[in-house]
Amino acid sequence: MKCQQCDKQAVFHITELETGAVRELHLCEDHARVYLNQADGGAASAEAGEAADPGEAGGQLGVGQTADELAALDQRACDMCGITFFEFRNQGRLGCPHDYVQFAKELDPLIANIHGATEHAGRRPVRTGPLAEAAATAGTAELTGVIGLRREMKEAIGLEDYEKAKENRDAIRTIEDRWIPPARQPAEQSAQEEGPPPART
Amino acid sequence: MKLDTLTQSIGEWLRGTGPESDIVMSSRVRLARNLAHYPFVSRATEQDRADIERFLRERIAAVPVGRGLESIDVGGLEEIDRQFLVERQLISREHADAQGARSVAIDPLEQVSLMINEEDHLRIQCIHSGLDLRGVWEQIRVVDEQIERVVPYAFHPRFGYLTACPTNVGTGIRVSVMLHLPALVITRQIDKVFRSLHKISLAVRGLYGEGSQAMGDFYQISNQTTLGKSEEELVEQVGDVVPVLIDYERRAREFLVRETEQNVHDQVSRAYGILRTAQTISAEETMQLLSRVRMGVLLGLIGDVKIADINSLLIRTQPAHLQKIRGVELDTKDRNIERARYLRQHFEAGDHNVN
Repeated sequence: MKCQQCDKQAVFHITELETGAVRELHLCEDHARVYLNQADGGAASAEAGEAADPGEAGGQLGVGQTADELAALDQRACDMCGITFFEFRNQGRLGCPHDYVQFAKELDPLIANIHGATEHAGRRPVRTGPLAEAAATAGTAELTGVIGLRREMKEAIGLEDYEKAKENRDAIRTIEDRWIPPARQPAEQSAQEEGPPPART
Repeated sequence: MKLDTLTQSIGEWLRGTGPESDIVMSSRVRLARNLAHYPFVSRATEQDRADIERFLRERIAAVPVGRGLESIDVGGLEEIDRQFLVERQLISREHADAQGARSVAIDPLEQVSLMINEEDHLRIQCIHSGLDLRGVWEQIRVVDEQIERVVPYAFHPRFGYLTACPTNVGTGIRVSVMLHLPALVITRQIDKVFRSLHKISLAVRGLYGEGSQAMGDFYQISNQTTLGKSEEELVEQVGDVVPVLIDYERRAREFLVRETEQNVHDQVSRAYGILRTAQTISAEETMQLLSRVRMGVLLGLIGDVKIADINSLLIRTQPAHLQKIRGVELDTKDRNIERARYLRQHFEAGDHNVN
């Protein structure tokens, strides 16, 4: 993709969320720097007291707050995998399934922007038994807990806190035993599914 | 599976049969799935990746659709063998180049391939020759449902199936068709077509997916969004546009024959001539020329060459395939010489003639 300002390759893809509207910018490094500096510079001059209008100053404060909020948000980390929102923004890849819960509010506008929707309308888990849909949801919630427990266990081992590590290991086993289905389905069920592989068409 | 045995066949996507196979090379659907109890691949430790790989491989092997599959340890392969699987579209470039434990399970017909530890823990892919999106969807749905009974997929009541990248979340589905559109390229209508596809949220990619160049006038059309619509709707979204594109391409081919027959005949004959006589030739040029010859055969301008032959050459002249067929590793320069020799031998043996 080309930069919107010149012929160079666009390497910055900026999504501006304004009230009621989403604006996408695709810029090369140079133009992205200019664009981002403009935004910063505006706030700086207002802070220097050049803008006497209280309304405008208030507006600029609002911008400052948003920047602070953004910085705070960037520092937020997933309880389970530990990824920060900043890392996600940089890599474009999430750390674990729990991020969709932890960062739900922040991901919502992003997902709406990508897909034009925020609700899944496709097929849902068809499993019978312990992982039917409601259970699949609950199962995901509990199983993602294992990611955090495993991380803690590793830390505990590093600190030679073997008692804590053992507690974590037991907790992981309990959750996994409860939510991971058996590796094999009962014989009669798989017998029904057995058949010739789908024919070549 | 001995990869060498695969060199004897050409793989599903180039089989050259199925509905509309003069223009539609293949129909493909892939589903992205993740385990609930592990971090996504990019954040998983080496140990996690090894555990995920084993967990999925063993469980998939135990379900009915998994029993006929052959598992290949991609991490343990030589680079040339990984490249070979990429050329056959059985794994992605990203999967080939990744680090750590990863594998792919393939059925003998090369229709189903299950990549473990690609960007997501599991990428299920199903591919059929020609235009058959319905058939592909029906097949992949069964595979997915059987695996889901023994594997705890990460699922969210509102966001659906959870994926490492939010661009795949929801259904996790990518529906794509690979089209051969040489006449639209020659008549310079292709950009216009692509612009209109973008407007209806469809993506256009080259032969080997994301970021790859369009080589030899082959293009993949696929859905861009995965959330908010059902799988069937997304299959239809791509399926609906294919007959329109087929129609455009056919009309462009007719136009070329009607208005510029001598010119087109000259172009395809020259392409054929170079393929038969070149002493050194790159993979890219080969692909481009084979594309023209393929069109020439379909327009009846070149006799005696079968489409299946062209398809076979499309895959066998690619770098890893060529080296495996010849049984030696070659650098680019030697590959180009060997490729030209392979093409000459192939055409001499066939004794094909230009009309």
